[in-house]
Amino acid sequence: MSDVIRLQTPLTDEDVAQLKPGDKVLISGKIYTGRDAAHKRLVELLEKNQELPFDIKDQIIYYVGPAPAPPGKPIGSAGPTTSYRMDPYTPALLDAGLKAMIGKGPRSRSVIESMIKNKAVYLAAIGGAAVVIAESIKKSRVIAYEDLGPEAIRELLVEDFPCIVANDIHGNDIFIIGKQKYREE
Amino acid sequence: MREVDVKSIIPVVKKLCIDANYYLGEDVIARIRKMKEEEISPTAREVLSILLENYELAASEKMPICQDTGIAVIFIELGQDVHLTGGDFYEAINEGVRQGYKDGYLRKSMVSDPIIERVNTKDNTPAIIYTDIVSGDKIRITVAPKGGGSENMSEVKMMKAADGIKGVIDFVVDRIDRSGGNPCPPLVVGVGLGGNFEQSALLAKKSLLRSLDEPNPDPKWAVVEQEILTRINKLGIGPQGLGGRTTALAVHILHKPCHIASMPVAVNVQCHAARHKSIEI
Repeated sequence: MSDVIRLQTPLTDEDVAQLKPGDKVLISGKIYTGRDAAHKRLVELLEKNQELPFDIKDQIIYYVGPAPAPPGKPIGSAGPTTSYRMDPYTPALLDAGLKAMIGKGPRSRSVIESMIKNKAVYLAAIGGAAVVIAESIKKSRVIAYEDLGPEAIRELLVEDFPCIVANDIHGNDIFIIGKQKYREE
Repeated sequence: MREVDVKSIIPVVKKLCIDANYYLGEDVIARIRKMKEEEISPTAREVLSILLENYELAASEKMPICQDTGIAVIFIELGQDVHLTGGDFYEAINEGVRQGYKDGYLRKSMVSDPIIERVNTKDNTPAIIYTDIVSGDKIRITVAPKGGGSENMSEVKMMKAADGIKGVIDFVVDRIDRSGGNPCPPLVVGVGLGGNFEQSALLAKKSLLRSLDEPNPDPKWAVVEQEILTRINKLGIGPQGLGGRTTALAVHILHKPCHIASMPVAVNVQCHAARHKSIEI
């Protein structure tokens, strides 16, 4: 793994242009949570030309449905969920200005093409490292779709949230590169 | 005949739900530690270190290992000399799940209707409960919370006898290859062979309950497990799919007799948070 790159949200084109698959990244600032049910609603809003519950431009969506916060903590365990389930909705959100996504597992060809087109990146968080990740989340508040419970959209304030670059803005993919490197026939 | 009030089951199920989600089995932790030493990818080694740190932190902070605290899958071995009194047995189990997921700050992940409504039931019920009647007057309760990400990579295939053991092995390895980083490797791969369509899937699930420290009791199946494991760990997927040799921690096989026309094969994929806890009362 290469040196650590620190990023602050909202992201700039320069922030994401420097990233390569396998780079370690620490994110600070506000990020937004959203998974299956919230994505469906966000894309329905876009289709109706209605405003989203947060300004998505240059922001990061983290695919997570956190566990409830125990007493004295801002959030419960909060690792990533599998990203491919968001693939049908992702190009529309990238077109609307989304700059990065955090999740786990590979993305579809159409999402990768949309990332190239929109100069956006996909970052992998470590699935099942949910307590380690929760330590980097300092504040959490529900900003939309409270009825969805764990699937509600939250605004998180994070400090040095750890992830690894999976897809860069050129379409390079760690899930392909990594597998090829270590595959034995 | 031993009388057991079903209300006494509630706190037991509650404790098992919480303990299974906070404390990963030592067998899994030891296997990851060992495979980390043998891993050649620096990224993979770092991911495995973070997972080990996460298990320690979960236990010390009393927080769930993973935010996906699963469907509560519950296996009951009910002694035939037990007489259950005081209410509905399955409702008592669900009440234990309800209390465990609430008081343990575990995520509620169940929706009421799979397709049309998908409204969260808000207490993680209903649990999925399997009951076997066994001899004796004890009740053994196992809670195995199962996350959605790895469950989604599972599959049943109705194969032909002509496919043979090679066909079975190829199918299991291919299933893991197609899963890539999605199910949170390193995995425990549960394989159910024989029975019929639905029994093969249940065998695959039950095989996940075996400790990673216990080899298959039948040496000829132990050899097959090892062969599948070796092939899976050559796929290059690695921890989280980022590349490496630690794709699976173990392959477990359970098998049963089957129909002359059939050869059902089920693969139940389990993420590294291979959680299960049991109590006998």
